[in-house]
Amino acid sequence: MKLVPGLVKGLRVTGMTIVRTVFPKRGIKTLIPAPSLGAATVQYPHVKEAPPTRARGVIALHVENCTACMLCARECPDWCIYIEGHKEKAPPRRAGGKPRQRNKLDRFDIDYALCMFCGICVEVCPFEALFWSPEYEFSEPRIADLLHDQDRLSEWMETVPDFEDYEAGSEAKKLKVPPT
Amino acid sequence: MGVLAELAYWQQTSIRVVVGVVAVLIPAGTLVYLHLFKMVSFMQSRLGPMEAGPYGSLQLMAEVGKFLQKEDIFPRKADRFVFAAAPFVVLASTFLLVVVLPGGPDAWFIQNDIGIYLALAVSSVSVIGILMAGWGSASKYSLIGGLRATGQLIAYELPLILAVVGVVIQAETMNLQGIVFAQADGEMFGWGGLGNPFILTQFVGFAVFMIAMQAELTQTPFDMPVAESELVTGYMTEYSGLRFLLFFIGEFATAGVFSAIAAVLFLGGWYVPGLEPTDNLFNVLGPVVLMAKVVMLAFLIFWFRFTFPRFREDQLQRLAWKFLIPIALANIVVTGVLKIAF
Repeated sequence: MKLVPGLVKGLRVTGMTIVRTVFPKRGIKTLIPAPSLGAATVQYPHVKEAPPTRARGVIALHVENCTACMLCARECPDWCIYIEGHKEKAPPRRAGGKPRQRNKLDRFDIDYALCMFCGICVEVCPFEALFWSPEYEFSEPRIADLLHDQDRLSEWMETVPDFEDYEAGSEAKKLKVPPT
Repeated sequence: MGVLAELAYWQQTSIRVVVGVVAVLIPAGTLVYLHLFKMVSFMQSRLGPMEAGPYGSLQLMAEVGKFLQKEDIFPRKADRFVFAAAPFVVLASTFLLVVVLPGGPDAWFIQNDIGIYLALAVSSVSVIGILMAGWGSASKYSLIGGLRATGQLIAYELPLILAVVGVVIQAETMNLQGIVFAQADGEMFGWGGLGNPFILTQFVGFAVFMIAMQAELTQTPFDMPVAESELVTGYMTEYSGLRFLLFFIGEFATAGVFSAIAAVLFLGGWYVPGLEPTDNLFNVLGPVVLMAKVVMLAFLIFWFRFTFPRFREDQLQRLAWKFLIPIALANIVVTGVLKIAF
């Protein structure tokens, strides 16, 4: 018997949710049912909610910053990053100096069929070449197409949101290079 | 169908079969769409199916089409005949249940004086089907689910029947048509404007009946037999395709038919106040009125279903044996005493 108030309260909660969902309008229009306004969800393919700017959707590559250091490929728990590169000579910094040696990136693939979106590669990259993009619609009918190559990964850079200021008190971290 | 008395036997039978199928499927479809799809979605602040047809109204067609396409899988060690027959036994119990329902003064399938007794008897047939499904699947989940379902259905059959006894005492008949007339012709303290729906005088019986009905239908909070977190889907685990669809239809058609029985017993069935109960109009209006009452009662069922968490097995049995049955017995005693006193 002492359970009854709790049971009634439960029924009230679900019942009031129906009322709020079906009759969201206020005032004189209260009796017009408008569930599409009252629902907390949106009808996905027709309406798209903007994901949070820091959402983990897809990983974008900023090719110019990549030095083919292989840190991301080595830290990747799924071994889904494939990197190939070669060494090439770059012009010296000062006139008369020796030509510098530089790593040139040939291939940078992420296999999203294997990726588990842990973000370790983004964390570990010392040259700010990898970024999270909130873009999430990149499913493919063929599993082989989930292997995104260098060009595809670079295209995602457009969707990387602008670098946001960190919250107050963490100014020191602002030194991080914003995406260009 | 009293109106068809002058037709040949085969014509009457064909009409009865067609109307019976319609009377099972229309409420089942309505309940699934209105309550399972839409009401529950609103309860969770979402819209539910919206793509198939206007407001998702053809979603059920899509679901049926999906199930019909699927392969009919038999587990290797299954008892093939028992496994294959089980959903039909469950569905047969539903179709037998609908037979006793009156839809109007002359719109009935069969007219007999043990109506409600017959209904409660054939509703127990589904237990056999469920046990067949549980045993025939040769799966541990199915077997445990089937045994739990059997224990639960037997436990809740008793309060269900005892709750009905109060109505029967008050109406002085077991004929469902007679119970409707008893409510339509009844008077509240000498005022017959609304008739006398038994929900007023038999409210305790109504509450016990609804709780026991919830358990008979294995709807949450009494869904221990199909507890998906531990038993996959209990006795339905190994079923796929058409046979799973039959279980599904059986579940919701039975919800509709049981709601209709509750509506007849406690809400006056096809009768609405304001007209003479023998009015010929009720043969057309009656089924609609009954359907409206079914939707109302099924709303309660699904409201409870999607509000409360699942009972544990021992709590479930305790509720039936130590709580509902004594209340139902006390209700019978009080009803009997008051019936003789007044």
